[in-house]
Amino acid sequence: MTQARRAWVGESVPRFEDEALLRGRGRFMDDLAPVPNAGHAAIVRSPFAHATIGTVDASAALAVPGVRGILTGEDVLALSRPFPAGIESSVPYYAVANDVARYAGEPVAVVVADSRYIAEDAAELVAVEYDPLGPEEVTVHERSFSYGAVDAAFETADAVVRWRYAFPRWTGAPVECFGVVADWRDDGLTAWANFQGPFTLHSVAAAALGLRGTKLRLITPPDSGGSFGIKASVYVYVVLMGLASRKLGIPVRWTEDRLEHLTASAHSTGRVTDVEAAFASDGELLGLRYDVTEDVGAYVRAPEPATLYRMHGSLAGAYRVRNVAVRARVVLTNRCPSGLNRGFGGPQLYLALERTIDRAARQLAIDPAELRRRNLVQEFPWRSPSGGLYESGDYVACLAAALDLVGYDERRREQAAGRTIGIGIACVVEPSVSNMGYISLALGPDERAAGLPKSGNVEGCTITISPLGGIAVALSTTPQGQGHRTVAAQIVAERLGVAPDEVEVSSVLDTSTSAWSVASGAYSSRFSGVGAGAVAAAADKLATKIDTIRKHVGEDISLRRVAGMCHWSPESLPPGMEPGLSALAFFAAPNLEPPDPDDRVSSSGSHGFIADVAVVEVDHETGSVRVLDYVTVHDAGRLLNPLIVEGQVRGGFAHGAAAALFERIVYDEDGALLTGTFIDYLCPTAPDLPEPRIAHRESPQPSLPLGAKGLGEGNTMSAPAALLNAVADALGIDELELPLTPPRVWGALHA
Amino acid sequence: MKPPAFRYERPETVDEAALLLAEHGDEAKILAGGQSLVPIMNFRLLRPAVLVDINHTVGLDGRSGQAIGATVRQRDFRGNGLVDRAMPYVGHFVTRNRGTVGGSIAHADASAELPLSLVTLGGTVTTSKGRHLAAEEFFVTHYTTLLQTDELLVETTWPAASRAGFSEFALRHGDFALSMCACSVKIESGVFVAARVGVGAVCDRPTLLDLQLEGAPGTVETAREAGARAASLVDPPGNLHASASYLKHLTSVVVSRALEQTL
Repeated sequence: MTQARRAWVGESVPRFEDEALLRGRGRFMDDLAPVPNAGHAAIVRSPFAHATIGTVDASAALAVPGVRGILTGEDVLALSRPFPAGIESSVPYYAVANDVARYAGEPVAVVVADSRYIAEDAAELVAVEYDPLGPEEVTVHERSFSYGAVDAAFETADAVVRWRYAFPRWTGAPVECFGVVADWRDDGLTAWANFQGPFTLHSVAAAALGLRGTKLRLITPPDSGGSFGIKASVYVYVVLMGLASRKLGIPVRWTEDRLEHLTASAHSTGRVTDVEAAFASDGELLGLRYDVTEDVGAYVRAPEPATLYRMHGSLAGAYRVRNVAVRARVVLTNRCPSGLNRGFGGPQLYLALERTIDRAARQLAIDPAELRRRNLVQEFPWRSPSGGLYESGDYVACLAAALDLVGYDERRREQAAGRTIGIGIACVVEPSVSNMGYISLALGPDERAAGLPKSGNVEGCTITISPLGGIAVALSTTPQGQGHRTVAAQIVAERLGVAPDEVEVSSVLDTSTSAWSVASGAYSSRFSGVGAGAVAAAADKLATKIDTIRKHVGEDISLRRVAGMCHWSPESLPPGMEPGLSALAFFAAPNLEPPDPDDRVSSSGSHGFIADVAVVEVDHETGSVRVLDYVTVHDAGRLLNPLIVEGQVRGGFAHGAAAALFERIVYDEDGALLTGTFIDYLCPTAPDLPEPRIAHRESPQPSLPLGAKGLGEGNTMSAPAALLNAVADALGIDELELPLTPPRVWGALHA
Repeated sequence: MKPPAFRYERPETVDEAALLLAEHGDEAKILAGGQSLVPIMNFRLLRPAVLVDINHTVGLDGRSGQAIGATVRQRDFRGNGLVDRAMPYVGHFVTRNRGTVGGSIAHADASAELPLSLVTLGGTVTTSKGRHLAAEEFFVTHYTTLLQTDELLVETTWPAASRAGFSEFALRHGDFALSMCACSVKIESGVFVAARVGVGAVCDRPTLLDLQLEGAPGTVETAREAGARAASLVDPPGNLHASASYLKHLTSVVVSRALEQTL
C-alpha cells in the first residue's frame, strides 16, 4: 500500500550529508585513488609578476631519483590550444606560461614524481631563465549601455551624489583546495576533479585539449570541502594535468596546497566604480550612472568577463528608477586571473549603490530607511530598465520587518542621545539561477545576432527505481556543501509517497553517464530554482508512470510491486508502456530570453530580496568595529528546507562580513602577492564573526514549480554595503574603504 | 608545502640530544610541539638536515613549583596569574594542545605571549649546560636567543606575579599580536610600589619598559599616562596591515588596558 503522502518539501529535514562529514568519513578529492600508479605533480611557478621566459632547463630535475618526467610550456604549446573566453583578448591563455609570465605564481612547468616530496624537490631544480618586465595594464574590453533618459534625469535633478568605490580582490578560501587526478588514454582524458561547474567550462577545457566533448570525461568526488565559486577554475588544472598525463603516459595526481591556492587559483575581480546618482528633492531616485573598471588579472579566463555582467539586469538594484547607464571596462593586470566568488558582481554593485543611497540621504536630509522605502519597487512582476524580471516580492514589507526587528527608531534615539553607534542599511535584490545568455552582453547586438542566441539554464536529473523498489537519484548539480542530496530526497519522497531517508541520492557527477547540460553545476544559487526543478520533473514523470500502472492494475499496489512489474514482467504493464522504472528529466527556468537588440536581459531566472540593518560601535582607541546587531530579512520565495536555508544564509553572511571587516588580497607595486598565506590573508574564524539575526518572508516565484528562489549569496552582496554604511554613520566619515580593519578605521579617523 | 628530506633523531636523554646538536651544529633543529617549526619547514623557509625530536626525551616534561619542563604542553601550564591571563591568546586551543612552553620560549618570536610573560615576571631559562639565564637577557632579537648551537632549553622558571595584567590587540582571534603588554605590579595603599611592564610585538624582543610607576597613584589616569609614555619609548616598523603610527598608538592602549586590570 502507498503511504499517506506527506509534504516533505519545506520541512527542516536534517542533512543526510552531515553524519559522514562530522565523523571524518567524507570522501573528498584527495581521498580518492581512482587509478593505480599515479605520479604526483608539483608545479614550477613564476616568481615574477611579469617576465619574459628564456630557456627552461630541466636536466637537474630529471636526474632526481623518482622523477618521472616534466611538462614545459613548449609541450603545452604543442599539445593544446588557448582557452576560449567570452571576449577576444590579445593575450592567449594557456595552462602554463610560454614566452611571458604574466603573474606571480603562474605555472611554468610541471614536474611529476613518485611522491609530492620528490616532485617539490625536483621542481626547485628546474632552472628557468626570467627577464623581468615592468607592470602592464591593458584595457581589453569596453562597452557602454544606457536605458531610459539618463542625461535628462541628471539635468532635472535637485541633487546629484558622486563618489568612487573600490571593492578589493578577495576570495572564497574553501577548506579543501583544488585537486585533480588525470588519466590520458585512448586519445582522451578521464579526469577526477573537485569541479563545481558551470559546465560551460567543460567545453572550454575540451576545446583547449582539442577533444570533442565526449573524450573529456570528468568525474567529481562524493564530498566537497567547499568552493564558494572558486572551484570553477580548477578546469585549468584539469587541462594542465591532462597534458602531463598525455606526455608522460602515466596518470597524474595533483593536490593544490594553500600557498598555491591563495596565489594562483582564482580571486574575485578588483573593481573600481564611479557612481553618480540623480535625485529629486523629495528623494525620488531619477537616474544612475556607473563607470566600472574591472581588474580580471593576467588573462580573460572563462567565464570572465562574467563578473562584470552578472548583475546587469539588476543595475537599478531594488529601486524603481528607470534611467540607468553604465560604462564597463575590463583591464588586464599582472595579477592572478579572476574567477567566481560568492555573490559574483553583486557585492561590488551594491557597495556602490547602497553607499550612494546613504550619502544621498544625508545630503537630502531624509532618513536613509525612508529614502529607500520611497524608492523601492512596489509592483510585481517588475521589469527593470536593463531587463531584469522581478516576478514576486514585497520589498517594502521586508524593509519594515528588518527595521522593526532591529528596533530602528530606538537605535536612532540612542544615537541622537549621544551614543556613538552607527546604523547601516542595505536593500538588495538577490539574483539567482543565472541566464546563460547574459555573458553575451560583452558582445554587441550585431555580433550576438551572428551567433547562436543563448539563454536559459538547463539542469538534469535521473531517478531510477530498482527491482526491489529502492529509489536512486543521480544529481548533476555538483554540490559543494549546500545539502542538495537532502533537499532532492525531500522532493522525491514527497512525490513518490516515501520518506526522505528511503531515497538514495548521489551527487557524484560523471560526464559520461550523468544527465548534465551546459549549465549544470553549483553556482549562481541555482539549485532551489532549476536543480530542484529537474529533480521534481524527473520525480513527476515517475509518479505519473506509477499512477498509470496502479490504475491499470486496478489496485493501490506497493511501490515495490510496481517496480517488480516494470523490471520482471514488462508484459503486465499497460500496452505500449516502456519497461523499467527510470526517469530522466531536464528543466530550465521558463522565463529567460537572450539579450534583446537593445541590450536588455533578465540576467537571472529568479530574484529574491534582502533587507539588512547593521548596528555597530567603533572603538575609537583601536579602530575596531563591534557589530552590536545585524538583522537580515530575506524573501527567497518558498523555503525548501529552513534548516539548510539558515546554514546558507549564515555562510553567505560570513563571506560578506569577511569582505567588510577582514579580507583583501594585496599585491605590491611590482606585482608580488603580499597575502599569500593565512597569516596575512585575514580569513576570519568563527569567533571573529558577528551573529546575524535572520527572518524570512515567503513570496513564491510563480514561474518555478517549487516557487523557491536561490538564497546562498545574498548576504555576501549586502553585508559589505550594510557594514560600511554603519561604520560611516558611526564616524561621520566618507573616506572609508574595505576591509574595515582596525588599523584602517583608525587611520581614517586620524587622516 | 612539503619539507625537503631531513634526518630524524629521537634521543632518549638530554645528554644524547645535546650530543646530536653538537654533532650537527646549525644543521640541526629541536622538534618539540612543532607548531611553528613544521609550517616553516613546509614552506621550505627553514631546511634543517637533522630534526632532534625531544618529545620522548626523559626528564623534560616535568613540573616542579615554578619550574616548567621544556616539553610541558601549553594547555597544561596553569596557575601563574600572568600566564593564565596570557595563555588564551597563545595561538588556538588546538595549537596549545601540542605546542610546548619551552618551544615557544626557544623559538623567540617577538610577537609571542609566553616570552613576553617570562620577561615580565623576571623568569629564567635553564639549559642543558646547566646555565641559568635571566629571561631579560635570554632573548636577543627576532628568533635569536643566548642558546648555543649545542645547547637546548631544559626548563623555564616562572616567578609568581604580584598583580597581573595582560592586554593584547590582534586582528583575529589567535593571531600574533599587533601590540601587547604584560605587567606585574604591587599596589599598596593605593600607590604603585613596584611594577614590571613589558611590551611585545613592537620591539625585536619582549622588552621591559621603565614607566616610572613607583609612587604613582593606582588610578586609571596613571595607567593612561603610563600608556602614553610607553608609546613614546617604542618605535615599531609598520607592516602590511598597520602603519607605524598605529602600532605606536596601539601600544599606549594595550599598556594602559593591562595596567587598568591591576587596579
